[in-house]
Amino acid sequence: MSKVSFIQEEMAQRNEKAVIGFWIYLMTDCVLFASLFATYAVLHKNTYGGPGSKDIFNLPYVLVETLILLTSSFSAGIATYSAYLYKKAQTVIFLIITIVLGLTFLIMELSEFSHLIRIGDSFRRSGFLSSYFALVGTHGMHILFGLIALSVLVCQIMIKGLNRNVLRRINLISMFWHFLDVVWIFIFTIVYLMGVIK
Amino acid sequence: MYLFSFLLLGRLTLKAIPSDTITRGGALLVLLAPLGLAALLTYKKKWKWLYKNWLTTLDPKKIGVMYIILASVMLVRAGVDALMMRLQQATSAGASNGFLSANHFQQVFSAHGTIMIFFVAMGLMFGLINLVVPLQIGSRDVAFPFLNSVSFWLYTAGLIIVNLSLVLGTFSIAGWLAYPPLSELKYSPGVGVDYWIWSLQIAGIGSLLSGINFIVTILKMRVKGMNLMKMPVFTWSVLGALSLVIFAFPILTATLLLLTLDRNLGTHFFTAGGGGNAMMYVNLIWAWGHPEVYILILPAFGVFSEVVATFSRKALFGYKTMVWAIWAIVLLSFTVWLHHFFTMGAGANVNAFFGIMTMIIAIPTGVKIFNWIFTMYKGRISFATPMLWFMGFVVLFTIGGVAGVIMAIPAADFQLHNSLFLVAHFHTMIVSGVLFGYFAGFTYWFPKIFGFKLNERLGKYAFWCWLVGFILAFVPLYILGMMGATRRLNHYPSGLGYQPLFIVAGIGAGIIALGVAFQVLQIGYSIYKRKEYKDTTGDPWNARTLEWSIPSPAPFYNFAKRMEVSTKDAFWEMKQRKSLDQGEYEDILVPKNSPIGMLIGFTSLAFGFAFVWHIWWLSGLSLIALISIVIYRLSQDNIESFISKDKLRKLDISRKAEG
Ligand code: HEM
Ligand SMILES: [Cu+2]
Repeated sequence: MSKVSFIQEEMAQRNEKAVIGFWIYLMTDCVLFASLFATYAVLHKNTYGGPGSKDIFNLPYVLVETLILLTSSFSAGIATYSAYLYKKAQTVIFLIITIVLGLTFLIMELSEFSHLIRIGDSFRRSGFLSSYFALVGTHGMHILFGLIALSVLVCQIMIKGLNRNVLRRINLISMFWHFLDVVWIFIFTIVYLMGVIK
Repeated sequence: MYLFSFLLLGRLTLKAIPSDTITRGGALLVLLAPLGLAALLTYKKKWKWLYKNWLTTLDPKKIGVMYIILASVMLVRAGVDALMMRLQQATSAGASNGFLSANHFQQVFSAHGTIMIFFVAMGLMFGLINLVVPLQIGSRDVAFPFLNSVSFWLYTAGLIIVNLSLVLGTFSIAGWLAYPPLSELKYSPGVGVDYWIWSLQIAGIGSLLSGINFIVTILKMRVKGMNLMKMPVFTWSVLGALSLVIFAFPILTATLLLLTLDRNLGTHFFTAGGGGNAMMYVNLIWAWGHPEVYILILPAFGVFSEVVATFSRKALFGYKTMVWAIWAIVLLSFTVWLHHFFTMGAGANVNAFFGIMTMIIAIPTGVKIFNWIFTMYKGRISFATPMLWFMGFVVLFTIGGVAGVIMAIPAADFQLHNSLFLVAHFHTMIVSGVLFGYFAGFTYWFPKIFGFKLNERLGKYAFWCWLVGFILAFVPLYILGMMGATRRLNHYPSGLGYQPLFIVAGIGAGIIALGVAFQVLQIGYSIYKRKEYKDTTGDPWNARTLEWSIPSPAPFYNFAKRMEVSTKDAFWEMKQRKSLDQGEYEDILVPKNSPIGMLIGFTSLAFGFAFVWHIWWLSGLSLIALISIVIYRLSQDNIESFISKDKLRKLDISRKAEG
């Protein structure tokens, strides 16, 4: 075997390992969110004289947030696809679109938070609000880290081009991004939708 | 002035330096030990050697050795805690108050429990996994070598944080699981609980990453021909344990996070008022905690499976049932957590369910015990030290198991809950199961890593001290528990008749300490005699699995040739068929050393420490540094070196000529 083909084989294996490892990591993250969901389920009635979910959630606003996040996932998908076609410019553009949409989502979430805090319904108000802020905020933290990762990735593509390592990372980060979408769907359904309907 | 100091140092002031003599002594030890080591290194001009060969290494064998060294030091550290508690309880009856204040006693048992579980048992476990798993599956490395070093350094960071509490401030008084509301800000306003939180949070994330790493290693890096049902049982057990890690540790991460929020941001997850729910904490922490005990014990079971087969010169009896038993335990261990708080009032039906599940989980465990015994049946048993540890384990573990099944009956548990009976039970399981298991594994695999065997006679002395000491130290606790003595007592009235039993327990603990001394002596003496004890064959025990097919100490590339196996106990088969030297040389890539794992560890340490003391600028800074370091690492190319097959052949031949 020549050195080149040997290294190629190594790299293919490495890809496979990275993908499996990352899947497992996502599973662990699922458990983390499951714990927070469980906490929310236990505490969501403990309003301690403060507002309940009906009183504070603004469904149309959250729906817009949701649509923005879903769109960002879509553009992340296109970016990955373009990367595998070695279309560098297109990849970068769609990654930047993803970042912008993700950032918008995050800002909307933060402004919702700051609104709640300003009107006195902060995480200190009650067990319910604590668990709400923790669940949604943890998702937000993930989005933030995703945004950092995406930005680093964009820089790496600009500097190094679409090399093997970069391709692998695009794949992993878009997995991460889709995962956050799925978690958000659960948050949207369980926290917001069911919270307002009940 | 005050504001300035607050901005700069948070709540860290001169008052944090301990004032009473005992704590000062401890602090001095914690400070002097590393300083002494540093002085020695400087004197011997060994810093460079340490840095190049150990601190920056990505070789799992070396990382494994570092885990075991730190875990052993922590065994002594937490062992001293145990001796202090034994001394206190032996002397603190009636008018006498012993030598520890109530508060100090609480810190001691909290530190003892925390360190024993997280830094002794987990450390020994990950140490052995690092040493053995890649070798056993015929692999050159783990799936993510760099991540492995990060895991190790996060473990180290957690370990340093827990020990810093001796030097600056105080440790938690809330026990090893820090139940709220006691662990909430209102009742524990100091830094103790924060030390506990950050130590576990950082070490726990390290364990989680290790879990992912080794699962991928086992799934993807087995040698050709070793399908899952041909895997050695130790590797199987590790796979089971680490599957538990990836499902249980995120729960711990989440729980600690919520407690952090309660303490720092005034949320109400577990507080007594404000709509919090302390029972939820207890549920969450045990949803991690129960699987945790199986995480610790499954690999130890795996060790015993290897040891019993090797020293009985027989294939393990019931390989398939062994594998099934492991997975039954893995699944069931998520269905029993409530047995830790039957008394909390979940209701009779819930208690009945969890009681029955707890009894059911004893069945696969029993299956394993019988499999080992059947393996020994008609075997040609040699009673080397690993085998002695196993025999001790079988006896003690069965006793402890019966005690466990008794407590699984909710009605009985209402009497025994929180008593010394419980303390005796879990020590029986964890000392005989976990510690004896890892001691056996350490003795067994030692020659593979270091190239020489350990002295058998001193090992046997150590074993007998541990066994006798253990019985003396813990049988009295079963009795005391029946007499109504609760756990965590720093003082009791003299009329209760407890004192004689506590004195016996104290003597037992002293004998265990003697056992530890023999272990230290054993290692020292064996190093001194290493030429004489040299393992020239690579297979000192006439063993069965692949790690014994290579020279000892295992070279950095593990296997020079690409092999193929066709049966389980592959090396034994090869020996029978006399086809030892099979396979082809091939090119390999070896990861280059990197200091970044260490850097990540120390940055996390700074982050945790700053958080404990509310030095916000430092925690912000270290968080940014952490992210930047990770980004830097991800941008590095050229992180491995290429070794051609010719070079590998030369290395291999010269290696074998040496042996
Ligand atoms: C080797 C000899 C050991 C001795 C003599 C010893 C002794 C003790 C004593 C006296 C206590 C306090 C009991 C009480 O509440 O009154 C204790 C608690 C505890 N020990 Fe050990 N121990 C030993 C080994 C271990 C090991 C190996 C582990 C785990 C790996 C361990 C884990 C714990 C835990 C988790 C607690 C509970 C701490 C708490 O109450 O929060 N111990 N031990
Ligand atoms: Cu349990």
